[in-house]
Amino acid sequence: MLKLFSLKQKKQSAQEQTENKTSSNKTTAAELRLQKDISELDTGKTLSVYFPDKNNIVEFIVYCKPDEGIYKYGCFAFRFKIPPTYPHDPPKVKCETKVFHPNIDEEGNVCLNILREDWKPILSLNAILYGLQYLFLEPNPDDPLNKEAANLYRDNKAAFYAQVQRSMRESGAYYSR
Amino acid sequence: MSQGKDEGKLEDLYLITLRNGPFAHESFSPSEDLLNFLWNECKVLVVGAGGLGCELLKDLALSGFRNIEVIDLDVVDVTNLNRQFLFRQQDVGKPKAEVAAAFIAKRISGINIKGHHANIYDQPREFYKQFNLVVAGLDSIDARRWLNETLIDLVETNDDGTIDVSTVIPLIDGGTEGFRGQARVIIPKMSACFECNLDLFPPQISYPLCTIANTPRLPEHCIEYASVILWPQQQPFGAGTKVDGDNPEHVKWIFERAQERANQFHIQGVTYRLSQGVIKHIIPAVASTNAIVAASCANEAFKLATYIANPLNNYMLYNGESGVYTYAFETERREECPACGRAQPKKICVSPKWTLADLIEVLREDTELRVKSPSLTVSSRALYYSSPASLEQATKENLPQSLDCLLEEGCEIFLTDPALPLGRKLQIFFHKCSKKNK
Ligand SMILES: [Zn+2]
Repeated sequence: MLKLFSLKQKKQSAQEQTENKTSSNKTTAAELRLQKDISELDTGKTLSVYFPDKNNIVEFIVYCKPDEGIYKYGCFAFRFKIPPTYPHDPPKVKCETKVFHPNIDEEGNVCLNILREDWKPILSLNAILYGLQYLFLEPNPDDPLNKEAANLYRDNKAAFYAQVQRSMRESGAYYSR
Repeated sequence: MSQGKDEGKLEDLYLITLRNGPFAHESFSPSEDLLNFLWNECKVLVVGAGGLGCELLKDLALSGFRNIEVIDLDVVDVTNLNRQFLFRQQDVGKPKAEVAAAFIAKRISGINIKGHHANIYDQPREFYKQFNLVVAGLDSIDARRWLNETLIDLVETNDDGTIDVSTVIPLIDGGTEGFRGQARVIIPKMSACFECNLDLFPPQISYPLCTIANTPRLPEHCIEYASVILWPQQQPFGAGTKVDGDNPEHVKWIFERAQERANQFHIQGVTYRLSQGVIKHIIPAVASTNAIVAASCANEAFKLATYIANPLNNYMLYNGESGVYTYAFETERREECPACGRAQPKKICVSPKWTLADLIEVLREDTELRVKSPSLTVSSRALYYSSPASLEQATKENLPQSLDCLLEEGCEIFLTDPALPLGRKLQIFFHKCSKKNK
């Protein structure tokens, strides 16, 4: 049973109001959650994060540098935008480096289930970072955004590899070790 | 009793408040005081004067609440008229809260009702403090989270750490989406709050991007294709222009592209209205769902105000999609809830001449906080981040700065740390003589 308490409490009248405008629609819970997520980003050695404005952590760039697999030596930039409804809604993530990848299209859209239909508030930004890293290690040709890449990946790994190398050179994704 | 007892229309209120009954709350005692309280003292705030709000206002006013205020930022739109029955054709363009309040005042004599055409975020704490009860009929998760947290923040604790119940304002929250809805009773700091189970709130419908790109089956897939994939590619209204669901030209563009795609894949049902609905994430409002959910909310308000029966404990879901399914259950309060589980702000006395590094050292040594690598912000401004590396680099210049250059007396700092399941608020006070406890 609900613990008892009485509503019958004298409330102050509106006339006693002091002017003390609150103008922010941000909640402390949302801000603390984001601050916590950000300060606990697990970047390891293959990721780095860049904040264009340290006082506005809702927008930042994650550089993903796979250290194995087909995309080794590439550096791929992902722009993160955290909506005010985070963590109810997932961050918006776009790949800003052109890449030949079955799950990333020309416009930088990324097909990663937890960025859309499978997002849950209990997940954190780290879940997305892991997801992005995994995408470079194990592209998923069954859920393609770039059909040409997906077909090539499935049918002719050598040709796919060559095309990836070419696209990385063209877009300057290669970084020198 | 002050109001005329002769009015037969109040008969039912007397029956349920002046007699005991098997369903009454254990602390219920029949008395004229109950109606006196309801009529003369109990102040209710209705948040939102839309589909749910109209129903809530009608239900509360007809149940005997006589001191009601309603707040809404919106104006009446012609598409509201099918279900928001406090509005008429000539009200289109006028503030919802004011029109609704005027309607209720005209219809129900002796009522004291006030409409606020305003944004809930702009009201000071004192505005919310004056109410005994808040009933919300909102359609945005943002506004709910904010309201939830605002009412939690109003709860004060006694010197012995117990809750000062006179500062507790229950929140009754209704929500509907199409044929589904829910009503819940939130007693801030005493029962589960909105943030405790944010997961329970229905997620926004979204479709896998690869389905949208390759294997559309629904008209919604075609519309999302146009707005998510084609729009950024073609930038039809200039580079960087975002899709605006209220701009008819934008909606038209998306509708036409979606129709082309639907034709290509032989999909039926892409319309202009659906396009706008998908862009704005609108789920069609069903008048009867609003009526059912609002009725439940008004019931709970009446029960909380009089204790004639046990209040809902604490979540009721309703689904009218195939027949009627409804279920009430208790959602658990989360100890680690970032809104209601959070400890009170911790007061820290510092010397204004300390450096930020000094403060961090003191925090690290605090035996209550037990933090190792704290990150600190003050009103969204970064003071110091211990991680990630780039933020550490960008903020470490603050470490040797003195606190009076960085902070204002009495300000609240947000502290997060890997060792804290939640963040913590710190309130900073300057004392010239403060010495570090070393
Ligand atoms: Zn909570």
